[in-house]
Amino acid sequence: MSARFETYLWLAQRITAAILAVAVIVHIVTIVMAMEGGLSAREIIGRVQGNMAWLVFYLTFVVSVAIHAPIGLRTILREITSLSLPAINALVILLALFLGIAGFRAIFGLYGFAG
Amino acid sequence: MSGSNTGTLEVSVWRGGENGRYETYTVPARDSQTILDIVTYIQRHIDPTLSYRFACRVGMCGSCAMTVNGKPRWTCRSHARVVAENGKLKIAPLRNFKVVKDLAVDMEAFFEKWRRAEGSFQGTQTRHDEFAVVQPNSKQRKHADAGIECINCGVCYAACDVVAWNKDYLGPAALNRAWTLVNDERDNKDMTRLAAVAGDAGCHACHSHQSCVEHCPKFLNPTASIAGLKRAAAAAALKGEI
Repeated sequence: MSARFETYLWLAQRITAAILAVAVIVHIVTIVMAMEGGLSAREIIGRVQGNMAWLVFYLTFVVSVAIHAPIGLRTILREITSLSLPAINALVILLALFLGIAGFRAIFGLYGFAG
Repeated sequence: MSGSNTGTLEVSVWRGGENGRYETYTVPARDSQTILDIVTYIQRHIDPTLSYRFACRVGMCGSCAMTVNGKPRWTCRSHARVVAENGKLKIAPLRNFKVVKDLAVDMEAFFEKWRRAEGSFQGTQTRHDEFAVVQPNSKQRKHADAGIECINCGVCYAACDVVAWNKDYLGPAALNRAWTLVNDERDNKDMTRLAAVAGDAGCHACHSHQSCVEHCPKFLNPTASIAGLKRAAAAAALKGEI
C-alpha cells in the first residue's frame, strides 16, 4: 500500500512538473510582456476577465502547483526535520489546501465570478 | 612494498570510535603506492593497534573502502600520488556507517538494506531443469549487465547525501542490486521486490544528485538503476500490481 501511494505521489509530482515547466514559461513571458508600458489593474483585468482560455490555463497552473509543491516539501521535511510522517502529511495537506484556495480565489476574482 | 623511495608523505588517520581524533604519521612515499599500502605500512611499522579492513587487494572484494581526503574511495586501487594533495593525506572511515574502530566500519545496516530491498535471487527452476537461455542482446539483459559488477564496497552509500539525511533510505547499492534482479528473467520475485523498493524511503527518495555515479570505483550508474526502478514501479502501480 505504501509502495503504491509513494509511487502515485511520485507520478503526480512528475506529471505536474511537466505541466509547470510549460506553464511557468507562459506565466513569466506574460508578466514580462504585461510589464512593458507599465502595469495597471485595468490592463490585467482587461486581459483576463471573461477570457475562458486564461481561466483554463490558470486553473491548470494552480492545481499543478497545489499538487507539486506539497509533495516536494513533504520529501524535504522528512529529510531535514524529525517530525513524524503523519505530522508531515498533515502539514503538507494544509499547504495544498492553502495554495489551492488562494490560487482559485485570485483566478475567480480576476475572471469575474466575484463580480 | 617495492619501488624506490621518493621522500615522505604526511598522513592523518582517524583513530578511535565515533568520538575519535586524527593522528598524523610520516610514511615513506614510494612509486605505485596505494592508500591501502600506506595504511598497512602504518600498522606494520608504526602502530600495530591500527584497525582497518581489507581482503583481496585487487579491487574485487569491496572490503577496503575509506574516506580519503574527503572522498570515498576503494583504497587498494587508489594511488597515493593521484589522491594526495600537497603531499598530504587524510584517511577516515566511510561516511554514513557506524565506526567500529579507526578505519573499520560496521556494514550491517548497509547489508540489512540489501535484504529489505529483496536483493536475493529467487529462481523458478531446479537443478534438474535445462539451463535458462538469456539472450545477451535483450533489453533486460543489458540493463542487468550495466549494474551487475557491484562489489558491495559501500562507496556509493558513503557518497549519498540522501542516506545521510534519511537513515531509512535503502541507498544506491541495494537499489542497484534490486534493479539487476528486476531485469533477471529467471527471477520471479519482481512484484514483491518492486513493492519493497517503492515504499517508504525507497527509490522515490532519490534526488538524482549522482554522487554515487561520481564515486563508484566500478563506474556503475546506480542513479540510472534507481530511475529504472521508478519507471517499473510506476507501471506496476498503474496496473495495480503493487
